[in-house]
Amino acid sequence: MRIMDVLLPRTLDEALEMKAAAPAAMPIAGGTDVMVELNFDRRRPATILDVSRLPELRTWRKEDGAFFLGAGVTYARIVNDLTMFPALMQASRTVGSPQIRNRGTVGGNLGTASPAGDALPVLAAYDAEVVLARAGGVTRALPWHQFMVGPKKTVIAPDELILGARWKIARGPGSFSKVGTRNAMVIAVASLCLLFDEGGRTVRVALGSVGPTILRAPDAEQFLARVLHDAGAWDNPRVPVPPAAIEEFAGRVAQAGRPIDDVRGTAAYRRHACTVLAQRALTWALSDRKLKETR
Amino acid sequence: MLIRTNVNGEERQADVWPGTSLLSMLRDHLGLVGSKNACEQGECGSCSVWLDGELVCACLVLAAQAGGRDVRTVESLAQGDRLHPVQKAFVDAGAVQCGFCTPGLIVATADLLQHDPTPGEETIREALAGNLCRCTGYQKIIDAVRIAAECRRA
Ligand SMILES: Cc1cc2nc3c(=O)[nH]c(=O)nc-3n(C[C@H](O)[C@H](O)[C@H](O)COP(=O)(O)OP(=O)(O)OC[C@H]3O[C@@H](n4cnc5c(N)ncnc54)[C@H](O)[C@@H]3O)c2cc1C
Ligand code: FES
Ligand code: FES
Repeated sequence: MRIMDVLLPRTLDEALEMKAAAPAAMPIAGGTDVMVELNFDRRRPATILDVSRLPELRTWRKEDGAFFLGAGVTYARIVNDLTMFPALMQASRTVGSPQIRNRGTVGGNLGTASPAGDALPVLAAYDAEVVLARAGGVTRALPWHQFMVGPKKTVIAPDELILGARWKIARGPGSFSKVGTRNAMVIAVASLCLLFDEGGRTVRVALGSVGPTILRAPDAEQFLARVLHDAGAWDNPRVPVPPAAIEEFAGRVAQAGRPIDDVRGTAAYRRHACTVLAQRALTWALSDRKLKETR
Repeated sequence: MLIRTNVNGEERQADVWPGTSLLSMLRDHLGLVGSKNACEQGECGSCSVWLDGELVCACLVLAAQAGGRDVRTVESLAQGDRLHPVQKAFVDAGAVQCGFCTPGLIVATADLLQHDPTPGEETIREALAGNLCRCTGYQKIIDAVRIAAECRRA
């Protein structure tokens, strides 16, 4: 089929009206996923809807205790401006190249919903909701795991657009790390986001590229929260966490993965990578907590 | 569809198929063939241009998305026969072999030096991570960036 038309809305309302009238229209934001499909004739939508100019999607704001990140915010802007979210910043910094980060958006990462999407483990560890909108001022918010339901599969309705993601701001250290064949321009073979929530006394771990979608590691999370509790480390970050417990935690994280063999790596390698990433991330977080305490 | 865009300071227009990329519009419709087409998937950077001052791969921008915006291509750098300092540095360093990657690398380097006039080697390598060269092995390219940075300071 030939592409017939490109719709160029200037406001969100206009875009939602257009989407309602032409539900098959394919949104394009930064185009870093969409254009590859078009250039290689993998998709030929009859209509394309350019969402890259909608000011409503290019913003972020604090909403009492929560944070809203617009779907159209690029990785470059996150790296420059969102220093309050180190894990999100770190993930954004690993995406592609400067050219890709200047265009690629978190909304596009959600839209594509690849298990290797680098923003996604971070949103999962933040327990983020994905906010969707349709014409007439109707919005709904879905927990990330109800939004992404399989490899490149989401439950977005044809007349909806992604407005952005929203999460409760947690106090505590966190990081994102990824294993690949190069330091840049690489799709993750395995990735991990670890986050401490000092207020809730919980730890959250999310894995990318080791399953059909992003996976959390609830068993490992609970194990670690208990270890920290039993050691009294929630109250006193200087209390050492036994190396055996760190190892056990890492092993349990790896157990949460459901990796497969593919061109980028074997399942066994991916599981091993998860163990290493989990160990490192926890070690960094524990030392961050100590530093914060002694400052 | 008709696209109007400011390219290198001039108002230009092109009548393109709606699925056309900015790269194809520049090369096939506007005759600006400095930006190269090698991969059409954002991997090689040989199509690097500025869109509203931001470094992007022209192959990943829908031409219609560039409508009403400012595009600057590698053709904007030299002033007549006078090479831009980054271009001159690439020649002086011997950083050009087949030359296919060169326009993209020149644009990416000029962009880097606008943001960071004194980049260290790691910064240079990271900034150019989206530009592939199959000939030089990159060392001379890094040398060229250093020469260009010194030139700018002088
Ligand atoms: C060379 C290269 C390197 C890359 N490296 C990485 C990497 O390291 N890590 C990584 O995670 N990704 C990487 N990617 C993939 C891509 O850059 C990311 O997935 C990016 O987040 C996509 O964002 P975008 O704005 O460009 O999306 P687009 O391509 O514009 O859109 C992607 C999908 O989301 C939909 N969509 C976009 N916005 C909305 C909206 N508001 N509402 C509804 N649907 C919407 C589109 O219809 C489409 O299905 C790379 C891509 C390239 C070309
Ligand atoms: S042609 Fe655009 S990045 Fe290769
Ligand atoms: S000089 Fe030939 S690709 Fe770089």
